[in-house]
Amino acid sequence: MNKIEAKKNYSVTMKSIGYVDIKKATSDDYKRIGFKSGLEVHQQLKTKGKLFCRCPAGIYHDHDDYNAEVIRHMRPTLSELGEYDGTALMEFKTKKEIVYRINNENACTYEVDDTPPFPIDKEALGIALEISLLSKLNIVGEVHITRKQYLDGSIPTGFQRTAILGVEGEIELKNKKVRLIQLSIEEDSCREISDIGHTRVFKTDRLGMPLIETVTYPDMETPWELAEAAEYIRFLNRSTGKVRTGIGAGREDVNVSCEGGSRVEIKGVAHNSWIPKLSHNEAFRQYALLKIRTILKERLKNGSRWKSKTREITFTDIPLLFKPVKESLDNGYKVIAMNLPLLNGIMSHFTQPGHLFADELTNRLKVIACIEKPNMTHSEELDPSLSAKEWNMIAELFTASVNDAQMILWGPADDIPTAIETIEERIIMAFAGVPPETRKSFEDGTTIFERVLPGSDRMYPDTDSLPIPLDNKYINKLGENLPVLISARFAQLKKWGIPGDSFKYLLSKNMIPLIEELSAKNRFDLKFIGTFLAQTFKNIEGKKKAHKDFSYNIIRKLFTYIREEDLDPNIAGPMIKILYEHPKMRYESILTTLNFKRKSMDDLLAPLDFLYKKFLDIKLSNGKDVEVNWLMGQVRRQAIGNVDLALLSKQIEQKIITKK
Amino acid sequence: MSEDIFQGYKGAALEILKKYNVRVWGQTIIDTTRGIFTGTVLPRAENDDDLHIVLKIETGYNIGIDVATITSMKETGYQKANYKIPEKEFPYSDDKPTVKLFGTGGTIASRLDYRTGAVIPAFSPGELYGAVPELADVCNIDTEKLFAVFSENMGPKQYITLAKAIGHEIENGIDGIMIGHGTDTLHHTAAALSFMVQDSPVPIILVGSQRSSDRPSSDAALNLIHASYAAAHGDIAETLVCMFGPTSDEYGFLHRGTRVRKMHSSYRSTFRSIGDTPVATVTKNGIIHIKKEYNHRRKDKNVKIFPYFSEKVTMIYYYPNMKPEIIDSLVDLGYKGIIIIGTGLGHVNKELYPALQRATDKGVQLFMTLQTIWGYVHMFVYETGRDMIALGVTPLANMLPEVAWVKLGWAMGQTDDPEEIKRIMLTPVNSEITEREPYNGYLVYQGGVPEIEGFVRKFHK
Ligand SMILES: [Zn+2]
Repeated sequence: MNKIEAKKNYSVTMKSIGYVDIKKATSDDYKRIGFKSGLEVHQQLKTKGKLFCRCPAGIYHDHDDYNAEVIRHMRPTLSELGEYDGTALMEFKTKKEIVYRINNENACTYEVDDTPPFPIDKEALGIALEISLLSKLNIVGEVHITRKQYLDGSIPTGFQRTAILGVEGEIELKNKKVRLIQLSIEEDSCREISDIGHTRVFKTDRLGMPLIETVTYPDMETPWELAEAAEYIRFLNRSTGKVRTGIGAGREDVNVSCEGGSRVEIKGVAHNSWIPKLSHNEAFRQYALLKIRTILKERLKNGSRWKSKTREITFTDIPLLFKPVKESLDNGYKVIAMNLPLLNGIMSHFTQPGHLFADELTNRLKVIACIEKPNMTHSEELDPSLSAKEWNMIAELFTASVNDAQMILWGPADDIPTAIETIEERIIMAFAGVPPETRKSFEDGTTIFERVLPGSDRMYPDTDSLPIPLDNKYINKLGENLPVLISARFAQLKKWGIPGDSFKYLLSKNMIPLIEELSAKNRFDLKFIGTFLAQTFKNIEGKKKAHKDFSYNIIRKLFTYIREEDLDPNIAGPMIKILYEHPKMRYESILTTLNFKRKSMDDLLAPLDFLYKKFLDIKLSNGKDVEVNWLMGQVRRQAIGNVDLALLSKQIEQKIITKK
Repeated sequence: MSEDIFQGYKGAALEILKKYNVRVWGQTIIDTTRGIFTGTVLPRAENDDDLHIVLKIETGYNIGIDVATITSMKETGYQKANYKIPEKEFPYSDDKPTVKLFGTGGTIASRLDYRTGAVIPAFSPGELYGAVPELADVCNIDTEKLFAVFSENMGPKQYITLAKAIGHEIENGIDGIMIGHGTDTLHHTAAALSFMVQDSPVPIILVGSQRSSDRPSSDAALNLIHASYAAAHGDIAETLVCMFGPTSDEYGFLHRGTRVRKMHSSYRSTFRSIGDTPVATVTKNGIIHIKKEYNHRRKDKNVKIFPYFSEKVTMIYYYPNMKPEIIDSLVDLGYKGIIIIGTGLGHVNKELYPALQRATDKGVQLFMTLQTIWGYVHMFVYETGRDMIALGVTPLANMLPEVAWVKLGWAMGQTDDPEEIKRIMLTPVNSEITEREPYNGYLVYQGGVPEIEGFVRKFHK
């Protein structure tokens, strides 16, 4: 297949599955492909310490700022029910050496599994239970710490200690209720530093921090619903005021499938705004894979009998020594040409915007066979590495049929058997449809293969921990002080007359309790405070960098001062602008800086006659609005902090009318 | 009852299971005042309370249901888990040496025991091969389960059984011996076998794990691979302990059975040679010798087995102001030998002297070892020490306290003659007393020092 043909095939296949851009997609498109999606929302809790040891939580360090390194290898073990997990075996095949970087300030011997767990952090358990109650979950009678295997090395023990706190809850979105499967409390994992070849490096600062995971049923039927649910759960978590915010503090795993597809988990989505596009593309990727299955099945009924042919390329294959192959051979790598029977037109089949079926192969080579990319090339590249003539030469080596595709892969000799096996395995999977897997997300809305999806066989009771009973007295007490439900919050904001575009900011910053407090304490209008925070304050936040001593307490004190001094609250904006950067500045000095002088309404209106004459001298256009606006402009600055501007404007208007 | 259908449940929890006719492994719907829960009823650990029922829910997690909240229960199905380590036939090959692995308990390969909530060992060659297939690349393995006890329950009876079994295997021409053992008293057993099995022509390797093999990052597999290499191919025909060198998965140490001690409750690198270096390091690729002098592997089968032990020996850990009645009561209870673990260079307070005198007069053998773990007993340095020698306390140089206790039991199992006992105690069988302590025999570095920090950062701990 030459370049033009591959490009054409890519766009033809994109059309054939009816791919539409998300901007043009309607709910009918999602009905057509059977879009189904659920969420696993991870949220760090704001505790002083980690979950199972007494190290401080939330203290991070740079990659190279470590005191010691420890090396571990992960080996699959039997599940409680006596079976090996599929992922476990795959991970073992990859034979990774895992290096952990430890900083004495935020990690102890527990993190690297040299000390058994200490009792669970009570503060974390309390917060997680509060959120469970808010999520209307059935709270368990006894918490059982369970080990959930992770053989990717992200946890040095090879398992995450985790426990279910509640099952079967629900949240209420605009148009539907979404059911929750469960909520668990768990220890956070390591942060990856690098993953090259057979070595993966992690740091242990985040490891062991308390985290909760809220899991929904796959009830969401469009990407927008999915985003709404993600936002709702985020707001719910934040409404307690006891969770961490900032980069990485909340992370989503998005489970997506299309009709006839498989559950694919898009891992660690850091921004909710990415969710719609990622889920959209994933559903269509699955739809494309199902189409590929149909094509392949027409060519060969029994996919398990599919087999490739391989041939090693050496320095004697002069015409095939194009750049990457030559380089590989020079590096002492093995280079293998493969004939892929019946895969003509499949390698360049559309899967995601800018991605071909062949990309499914190259990413598996990287993850499973540990061969760094570029690790292969094929006869249907959009940007070909070899000429059609050269690919023909390879096809001839295998006496290939026109229905076949060819590829070349390369890597360290030890990894080649796994590499060939990986390619064959993935192609045989294509005859079955969509392999269940976890995928890594990118900002452009596409994903790549990350791991095989683990089964439920990876759970094991933690023999190092005793069960923790949760008696009614404790649960009832936690239930007494719960924040207002998010669905009720939406209704409240509407009632107060706060503009709809401010909801997201107020809920994500958990500012509604603050609005209520400021309003109640100082008798200011709810709408005014709400708009002040969501617009004036948000604007300042976006433009300036807060002083390290700035906190919401500064806002509290300011409004108390404004009420005590009987100032008009419209002075709050200019004042907070200064306080944001100079939180310790005295109010009098701020007022001086703002050139503020106390004036009554009469004081402000006194020079109006003089000003009106001046206006008539210089007026550029006619109309009452022009007059009032010009006059307001003259006195606004002095009015701020003294009188309500709307009231002032009205008074000016009246005066002009009486003049005429 | 042929089978316990309520495994581990008692009291209120048992009552409610019976009331609603729900069995362990029954798939169940439970109505409670906290909502509905569905899952499979699991056995309950024996030591847990009688107020909760354990349920495995569909997502694989376990939860507990408070029986006081249960309003009704219904069994909708039944599925008993079949927990089994996959057994694959161990691929024997004629060109590889054969090693005998004796099982004593411990956690080399293990599975969950629902009754106790603990892990119990799995053991057959097939099970081992299923769990650690790399073993077949090293050697052929025969296994024999001698006992299934936790490390803390190993004692003189087991030492003797083990010594005899080893002797038997060697006479039958085995190429090496491995002993799977819990780690808590691994070094006691290692010392006992060092004395009971002498002049072995093949390596005798004790091995355990600090993390049970039900954990993905367990040290069990690697320890087993290292130990099997040392037993099958190693040239060191001594009783050795093979455990992690650093806490990282890098290499193992081969420690002499008389100089090794468990030094940390939970680290993987817990076993250290005291007052000396390990004999060698071992990886799956081979052995690197550290000590030049050791007993080499031989072709003959001439091993000497001395399966003796007297249980009338004890040891006391001295503390300031210890009262003489402690010694008196031991003597009155009929103990014939006492290892004293003294302070500093080997001291106890003067108040004990009359009791020590009384013990000696009654024919009790007294020996001195050290709380400092490292170093030699030097009872001549101070007058108090000289006094004690006069009272009949024999200093045991740099013999480790646990080793001294084992050796005294072994010596007194052979003879009652005080002079002979003393002679045996002071004549090293294999380095339990060394003439000199090399400078690198004591390396307990302290954190915080820049040079040490640099070292720790650079080399994997
Ligand atoms: Zn810690």
